[in-house]
Amino acid sequence: MKSGKPRGYDMDAVRFLRLKNIRSAFSRLGSGVSLLVFFAAFIVTLSQPASAMKIQTVKSPGGIEAWLVEEHAVPMMAMRFAFDGGSSQDPEGQEGVSNFLTAMLDEGAGDLNAREFQERMQDLSMRMNYEDAKDAFYGNFETLTENRDEAGKLLKLALNKPRFDKDAVERIRQQLLASLAYAARDPNKVAQNEWYAVAFAGHPYARPSNGTEATVSKISGADLDAYRKRVFAKDTLKVVAVGDITPEQLGQLLDEVFGDLPASAKLAPVATTDPVSGGRQTVVDMNVPQSVAVFGMGAMPRKDPDFIPAFVLNQILGGGGFASKLMEEVREKRGLAYSVYTYVYPFQHASVFSGGVATRNDMMGESLDIIREELKKAGDLTQEDLDNAKSYLIGSYPLRFDTNAKIASQLLGLRMDGFGPEYIENRNALIAAVTLDDLKRVAKRMLDTDNLIVTIVGKPELEQAKASKANAKGG
Amino acid sequence: MHMFGVSRPLFTMVAILMLAFAQQTVSAEPRASEFKLSNGMEVVVIPDHRAPVVTHMVWYKVGAADEPRGVSGIAHFLEHLMFKSTDKIAVGDFSKIISRLGGQDNAFTGQDVTAYHQRIAKEQLKTLMEMEADRMVNLRLTDDEVTPERQVIIEERRSRIDNNPGALLDEQMNAALYLSHPYGVPVIGWAHEMAKLSRQDAMRFYKRYYAPNNAILVVAGDVTVEEVKKLAEETYGKLPANPEVETRERPQEPPQIAERRLTLKDPRAGNASFHRYYIAPSYVTAKPGEAEALDLLMKIVADGSTSRLYRKLVVDEKVAATTGGSYSGYGLDSGSISIYAVGADGDLKPVEDEVNAVLDDVRKNGVTELELERAKKALIADYIYESDNQASLARRYGWAVAIGRKISDVEAWPEALAKVTVDDVKKAADSYLDSRHSVTGWLLPEPEGAKGSGDRLEQSVSHTRS
Repeated sequence: MKSGKPRGYDMDAVRFLRLKNIRSAFSRLGSGVSLLVFFAAFIVTLSQPASAMKIQTVKSPGGIEAWLVEEHAVPMMAMRFAFDGGSSQDPEGQEGVSNFLTAMLDEGAGDLNAREFQERMQDLSMRMNYEDAKDAFYGNFETLTENRDEAGKLLKLALNKPRFDKDAVERIRQQLLASLAYAARDPNKVAQNEWYAVAFAGHPYARPSNGTEATVSKISGADLDAYRKRVFAKDTLKVVAVGDITPEQLGQLLDEVFGDLPASAKLAPVATTDPVSGGRQTVVDMNVPQSVAVFGMGAMPRKDPDFIPAFVLNQILGGGGFASKLMEEVREKRGLAYSVYTYVYPFQHASVFSGGVATRNDMMGESLDIIREELKKAGDLTQEDLDNAKSYLIGSYPLRFDTNAKIASQLLGLRMDGFGPEYIENRNALIAAVTLDDLKRVAKRMLDTDNLIVTIVGKPELEQAKASKANAKGG
Repeated sequence: MHMFGVSRPLFTMVAILMLAFAQQTVSAEPRASEFKLSNGMEVVVIPDHRAPVVTHMVWYKVGAADEPRGVSGIAHFLEHLMFKSTDKIAVGDFSKIISRLGGQDNAFTGQDVTAYHQRIAKEQLKTLMEMEADRMVNLRLTDDEVTPERQVIIEERRSRIDNNPGALLDEQMNAALYLSHPYGVPVIGWAHEMAKLSRQDAMRFYKRYYAPNNAILVVAGDVTVEEVKKLAEETYGKLPANPEVETRERPQEPPQIAERRLTLKDPRAGNASFHRYYIAPSYVTAKPGEAEALDLLMKIVADGSTSRLYRKLVVDEKVAATTGGSYSGYGLDSGSISIYAVGADGDLKPVEDEVNAVLDDVRKNGVTELELERAKKALIADYIYESDNQASLARRYGWAVAIGRKISDVEAWPEALAKVTVDDVKKAADSYLDSRHSVTGWLLPEPEGAKGSGDRLEQSVSHTRS
């Protein structure tokens, strides 16, 4: 999925070293849930008791639009931005070029080589990093007020004049290849990639976002620059800013940073699609003590009237941590897994309801049986289930707005989904309006277990799963 | 309710001023307040009025390093079991109630601390405190609840450790790093000992260590000190102190006189990688300024693409794909230094040689004024950016107080950092990058069995239409 931070390797292979930094702290909920939280941050740009947060729409003299939340108490600001594109714009044979580019934008630009550029960033105490998703290329910029002009110039250089020096390209290539080599042995990553490969066969979403050893080995500086020139453009740019900056100052910064970009992007068309129907099961053999499964099927687009009910339904089934049905059945009652979760994610060109579970090899069949059963029972949820989920979703909404960084993420998510600032005011009412009939309708529409696509990595024993499948068909 | 607007604490401003004039000393204005309840429970309050929410944490001054020998994992297992039931709360309802109130909750266990935390709208704070106070003394456990939860922690171990060769090597290296201190035993526990953990083990540990006089309450967010004081007295304040609470006395390290080496061969390893840990003092055990010097040293030597290791191994010599490392200074009895380098190809010999050359050089010649300046700026900037997040702040203060530091130590950290000189850094490097206090680990992507080392990992994929 979305990965490939600059220096992607840190995120993956050496994750344990970070854990060690906090003296090996173990939490009650781990990786599965952090994935979930991550998705929640991007999906549900839903609302807030918006009474006090004032979102201004700023238009620069040069015509670039941004949303702004002014907050002058601390002399710093965060700016987040995105271009349409992401890995679905990787040309065939250059899978991973978008992810490669995320790691190249602080590797030298204009007159500055990689070392000079990075030292300059450090001297300015600025933060700049990039991430790619399937549909978008994200940028994140933070600066202290006193360095804003200089930091803005550096950001402009990175976006407009990256150098792609040969030695820098090779260096990052080695890191990406190392990261791929690690990911190829990480059951979670393999299961995710395989799920998308099966669900979206023939569509750009099926392709590995971070590329393959073969494609990453071949990508050149010219390929990276060609991608940048196609994707970085004003017509798909979306910007939000939070912090110590006035609308006028933001207008100047927008023109300075983005003003020289081309007017329009040259994007390859991406077809609207759905995950394959009819059900699939794939097993990738890997010698690990615990199997990892990813499961899922199609869901509603973000602007479908049933999206919000689907989102609430997901909360009840597997999105609500310890309050969710799957957690209750798989973990709390039976101790089969440490983590089991689901999410609804509306990509731009397809929507998915998906989830994951990790359990010891001989219990994978049983775990999947239980998950299937729970999905089938989703039509029988009670008013109490619904009320509890609504109560959480509505009551916890302010928790998404308690830091500048989170506010910026929320607002950008809203913009990416094509909503206006007023959505925040209305969001809790949309959740409150969901009825039990809505849930039942959506369960029927979305959760046909005959369409379930499952990919498992490990050495799973699946006899029970097969048997119950046969019974279900026999009945 | 104000999402925004109310004053951001002065201390952040001070830190920013310090960033501008890095060498100047400015005394930090206190941001957090601290007081004690009559039963001995410590309380830290960190007001932040930007959003109408609070972060509530209870920290126990106990962790995995306090476990009896042979019962590894019990501190973490008990943390899981704390979500079961009390007289007032039915099995598994703790998290569900919080969820219905619009809150999020979780917990974590380290070698020195165990913490339970929630984020919630401020109106719900009292309910939360009542619930947390209740389970501090009224936990109920039955074998029916303990048995499946033991399976859960075993699955957790498989997810985090057994499925990940890097984590397996980390575990082995830690075990070798500590000759006597229990930090060598993994927090999650050794698998064979976890399999035997019982309800009795958990209750024994609970009775011994969970009490108000062994706990710290931290509340960050849209509250005042007075509000928290009143609520804390009405909830936690009603619990009796436990005079039997055990103080932490752990076996300490003997002098370390020989370097240790480990090699883990695992076909799942990806690129070959080099790892090195050193024992070092922590912020608790170090002489004044020494831990700050170690933070700066490791920033210069190992953090990111401007670091010495990255420049030498990745940019100049091209023997590594990436490098990294850090100083971990928040242990009660010891800190540690860790360094890694992911090989560009399978040969780790040149990688290790270059790492040693970088470290020898810094021990002998120290760092430059410019490097030190940049490192100070970077660390203070991280500190400021992190202050945007009330949950991070609660964690920063909670962890410090739980290992016996004062909130004034936390708030004076930028100031202490600014005072470090190039001589201090050189001295820290020379004292603590000593191979006799180290463990070196190689992780090699090779099959365990008798197969030749050239074998590639094979994955067969079978597709079934179901």
